[in-house]
Amino acid sequence: MSVPTPKPEPLAPSASAEGAEEPLYVARRQIYPQSVHGTFRRIKWILLAVTLGIYYLLPFVRWDRGPDAPHQAVLIDFPARRFYFFFLEIWPQEFYYVAGLLILAALVLFLMNAVAGRVWCGYLCPQTVWTDLFLAIERLIEGDRRERMKADAGPMTLEKFTHKTLKHSLWLLIAWWTGGAWVLYFADAPTLVVELATLQAPTMAYASIFVLTFTTYVLAGHMREQVCTYMCPWPRIQAALTDEYALNVAYRYDRGEPRGSLKKATALREAGKPAGDCIDCDQCVAVCPTGVDIRKGSQLDCIQCGLCIDACNTVMDKINRPRDLITYESEANFKARSEGKPPVRHIVRPRTVLYLALILLTGGTMLASLALRDTEGLSAIHDRNPLFVRMADGALRNAYTLRIANKQLSERTFLLSVSGVPQATLDIVGAGGATEVTVGPDQTRELRVFLTTRAPLDPGVSLPVTFIIRDKATGAQAKVADHFIGP
Amino acid sequence: MSTAHESHDASVDAKSGKTTTGHEWDGIRELNTPLPRWWLWTFYATIVWALAYWVVYPAWPLISSSTSGVLGWHSRTAVEAQLADLAQLRATSSARLNASSLVEIERSPELLSLARAEGKVAFADNCAPCHGAGGGGAKGYPNLNDDDWLWGGSLAQIQATITHGIRSGDEKGHQGVMTPFAGVLSRAQMSDAADYVRSLAGLVPANDPGAQRGAVVFKANCAVCHGEDGKGKLDLGSKNLTDNIWLYGGDKATIMQTIAQGRGGVMPAWGTRLSPSTIKALTVYVHTLGGGQ
Repeated sequence: MSVPTPKPEPLAPSASAEGAEEPLYVARRQIYPQSVHGTFRRIKWILLAVTLGIYYLLPFVRWDRGPDAPHQAVLIDFPARRFYFFFLEIWPQEFYYVAGLLILAALVLFLMNAVAGRVWCGYLCPQTVWTDLFLAIERLIEGDRRERMKADAGPMTLEKFTHKTLKHSLWLLIAWWTGGAWVLYFADAPTLVVELATLQAPTMAYASIFVLTFTTYVLAGHMREQVCTYMCPWPRIQAALTDEYALNVAYRYDRGEPRGSLKKATALREAGKPAGDCIDCDQCVAVCPTGVDIRKGSQLDCIQCGLCIDACNTVMDKINRPRDLITYESEANFKARSEGKPPVRHIVRPRTVLYLALILLTGGTMLASLALRDTEGLSAIHDRNPLFVRMADGALRNAYTLRIANKQLSERTFLLSVSGVPQATLDIVGAGGATEVTVGPDQTRELRVFLTTRAPLDPGVSLPVTFIIRDKATGAQAKVADHFIGP
Repeated sequence: MSTAHESHDASVDAKSGKTTTGHEWDGIRELNTPLPRWWLWTFYATIVWALAYWVVYPAWPLISSSTSGVLGWHSRTAVEAQLADLAQLRATSSARLNASSLVEIERSPELLSLARAEGKVAFADNCAPCHGAGGGGAKGYPNLNDDDWLWGGSLAQIQATITHGIRSGDEKGHQGVMTPFAGVLSRAQMSDAADYVRSLAGLVPANDPGAQRGAVVFKANCAVCHGEDGKGKLDLGSKNLTDNIWLYGGDKATIMQTIAQGRGGVMPAWGTRLSPSTIKALTVYVHTLGGGQ
């Protein structure tokens, strides 16, 4: 290399023995977000009501599945090992549908990110929604930004004590309700509510509620933006996923700078000199729930909730300047504008098309497999010890444990048959020679089955056999392959 | 770095500013790095815990016993309490098994799966060491999957065998033994008898001269228990010699050994160790292994 390597700078002296170690990250600065009105605030209120409404009330929605299944629309039934979601019923061995759902969720997240940045973070993430709710309560009780800052800086008074007590009580109440709603997804909700109230519910329910009350109270009441900044991996991931065409909440520095007070800007304009629209009122910072200054550009702490847009628009309206000084904008648009080109809106681009195609593929595959899945199943286990039995009359017998699954909500009768072994007789233990098996609604039934043959078999032979069940009424079939092992 | 601690005091290390323990080896001194407080307090707490443990639980060994502790806890009583809890847990299903006959259990899909589930566990705990994990048997221990039974393969007969055992010392247990013929028959006679027994199972042609001589020996000595036709007698537990299932082996040497030394395997009586409902479950399990009659 022709470029001479610069002499490495001496390393900073390591922490001395006296223990003058510096903290590894800055201390937290309490954030007092100010109330704000506008389009995005309204959208956020609506989304908050909708998402929390779904979360708190969904367990009480009923869904008729007949007499043999629970009537709760969404239920994770661990004791019975079933997952119910409206018209769907998932058995444990079909858990891949849940995996598919998670893949789908990730892809939707990617698409949202490619189209309009951190939509999830700003509007839908539970951390954001609950923090928003907790902040609203804080504001309701302790007043807006200024009152809260003043109260926190001042000494403890009776009023302050009352306010704090009331706030934390309300927070705990919501946190408790949040935990309470969670456990309702795992048992019949109305029954469990009564059990919880009369102290008859399982210990696990109370423990879950306690843990979730604690986490909700701590995460939404106290940790707030630190969860997003320090704990959540998504900000890092989305930074890697974004591109110059993705819309992000951005400060139009090309329009806002040079910033200055309204008086100065007016004076400059009257003198015919350029002046920015930003009057440095700091409203965008005051309303920010994570305490960032959006004018410093895109940053990790920014959850892109759009509240600074509302705050800025309110100010712009007041000073009679055009709106959207802070707005959803893409990097490409900034560039196009600076080069004097028309604005670019590339929502349809390879990245978004690919994400959408993957979403449709995953969703379509899942839907198709859900629609076409069998409602009967058969599995077989060959006896391991002994592998075969020689009967007194010289016949050879193998024993199997079969399990028939009936995934329909009505009782069904199946006919069991087998192929692959010459001159074989099939015996089901306890069936008295019959090959008809009745399986209850939404149940499995285990059978012990003997396959006996008098046909002479070569030593060491292993014949492939196929067990078949056929629904007596509909003719639907399920098969399973196994082996018949010889001497 | 501060120089405030730099002194000539031997108990303070000039380089690090830490005190030393005062130990010195060839000019090398040991820095005083005390244990963390939390560690020390945890250590003291464990000592207090241990002292309390001596008082509360059985701790000190004596000559023929041990201190019993004020709680009176004992591992044996703890096990008994757990077993009682288990019995409590199984009370409903045990009651249902007790209330139904063996045939009824086998006919009802629900009771059958209940009995087979309990029987499977009971078999693994009690029977598998001799009869094998799947009841496949071993030399001297019958295979319970086939349909060749020494003492009968019906539900009632299996239940009786499990309850009272074989040569177990139980009065109602099966008693028959294969007597040793070493002093009674000559070696040649035993050889002939073995040939005849093998011819019954088709392992030696019927017109084999040894087998033909052996037929006479058999009639005089063996037919009493094994029957004229060699098919065995259930009430004596004598083996059916005409099939090809051998408990100890069907080769000539093993059969001669059996004739000379006799056989008399023992199966314990389980009636005194297992509850009636468990024995019922075991009976159904063994019966449905494949050989049940």
